[in-house]
Amino acid sequence: MNGEGALAARRPLPAPDPTRPTLAPRPAAAAAPAGPALEAVDFHFAYGPGDWTLAGITLAVPPRAVTAIIGPSGCGKSTFLRAVNRMHDLMPGTRHAGELRVAGRPVYAPGTDVVALRQRVGMVFQRPNPFPKSVYDNVAYGPRLNRLVDTRDLPDLVERCLRQAALWDEVKDRLDAPATGLSGGQQQRLCIARALGNQPDLLLMDEPCSALDPIATQRVEELIFELKQDYTIVIVTHNMQQAARVSSRTAFFDLGRLVEYDETGRIFTNPAHERTEAYITGRFG
Amino acid sequence: MNRRIWRRTRSGLMVGLVGLAVVLALVPLGLILGHLLVKGAGSLDWAFFTRGPAPTGVEGGGVVHAIVGTLIIVGVASLMGLPVGIAAGIYCAEYPGTRLATATRFVADVMNGTPSIVVGVFAWTWIVAPQKHFSAFAGSVALAFLMVPMVLRTTEEMIKLVPHSLREAALALGYPRWRTSLAVVVRTTLPGIVTGSLLAVARIAGETAPLLFTALGSQFLSTRIDQPMAALPLVVFNYAIGPFEEWHRLAWATALVLILVVLVLSVAARIATRGRFTLRG
Repeated sequence: MNGEGALAARRPLPAPDPTRPTLAPRPAAAAAPAGPALEAVDFHFAYGPGDWTLAGITLAVPPRAVTAIIGPSGCGKSTFLRAVNRMHDLMPGTRHAGELRVAGRPVYAPGTDVVALRQRVGMVFQRPNPFPKSVYDNVAYGPRLNRLVDTRDLPDLVERCLRQAALWDEVKDRLDAPATGLSGGQQQRLCIARALGNQPDLLLMDEPCSALDPIATQRVEELIFELKQDYTIVIVTHNMQQAARVSSRTAFFDLGRLVEYDETGRIFTNPAHERTEAYITGRFG
Repeated sequence: MNRRIWRRTRSGLMVGLVGLAVVLALVPLGLILGHLLVKGAGSLDWAFFTRGPAPTGVEGGGVVHAIVGTLIIVGVASLMGLPVGIAAGIYCAEYPGTRLATATRFVADVMNGTPSIVVGVFAWTWIVAPQKHFSAFAGSVALAFLMVPMVLRTTEEMIKLVPHSLREAALALGYPRWRTSLAVVVRTTLPGIVTGSLLAVARIAGETAPLLFTALGSQFLSTRIDQPMAALPLVVFNYAIGPFEEWHRLAWATALVLILVVLVLSVAARIATRGRFTLRG
């Protein structure tokens, strides 16, 4: 399986498929794009017939910043996050209403190319889920598939992503080793590097530290803090201290509704809603 | 104190029973292998693997025609059966709810239980009877029919073991559904699929009944698949029911060769699963 790199090198790049919207090459250090990176307008979502799991969500996520979504279990925060890159598509019978836009483009319009959408919207999951392949191949997976760079530049891109994910120094001597041999915290940072490989506009993180120990958690948090200079991050977390530490804006979800959405400092010191205050002071959830 | 003694006695009793069951399961295998070695090993020499059968009444002779025959018949059967079985297994695992998958799974289960001689009869009706002569190809078709349901079900079971999170990871990177299936799910399960395939090959290599009225058997070294061809199980069958001591001796030796072939394939299957990038947990 290690021969894959050599194999890919021999494969000629096919002509771009005209039916697939090509990704415009992103200028490396472009100015922050105007308008919100993610925008929901009266968004509703349900897993089946019956009540909405999410109802009337309206929020705008600013680019190049970390936005946290907090709330008690079952409040719909993960459901919202997974709706953004349409991970619910695998499940039959889901419904949605209202608008959801990534960089101004509708997520649920009939003409939306889900594959292209997911290339622009990276995702890091609750539990580290590296592919059972080498460290290198894990990061090279996305860019190789999406032909983001020339094959010759692939090693550079992999190194850059691993450096951004603060993992390079730990794995640079064993890029060919199986990723499943890394520690849990390293695996999660590898998954972040893998998501960065696609150079996403938006990075979704679904409780990325819930399966990690405190030290690994700290490393990932520092990483998130670093990454916000280049990426827009939306993080769902159970951990309020974490939200307070890493995010600049915080949304509080409860019972499938957006209760409050404001600057993180405000949410945690002077929330406008009683329900928010009850939650952040630990009276429920 | 009393309870502790009672608990220990019970535990010892149960461990003893389980151990006994293991021994009982292993005894037949040991008996078969041992008996074959005693009866057959003495006849295995260079000539046995390099010569064809000697004329009736003459001592000696070998089974090279049957070894070549088995390799060809099983090889052709695998070429037909494995791709179909694996592809159908992938389909059933990736689209489990569809009506086609349900029907395929049901048919495979029924076919898994079909006696192999019945499959042989069908191959005779479809291929041998219209062509008006026996052929190795007809035998391969019969064996391929036996392989498909076996390979299908093992492939499906293997793919079902792939954790959902791995699939999500690939989809979230912008992998289309079909590429997720092939590049991630199937790649991950490849060692398991290889094992299942090798075990199926080993299973059909020993099948006798479907070959009786398809490949028929032959006294000559032949590589033409449109003609009757010898195979190891057929040679065992023919020699074993023959009237001569010499034939019985050859039958034992051939049976030993056959079981060694199957054993080698099974061990190869074991080694194939010891990949570096296999799934954990």
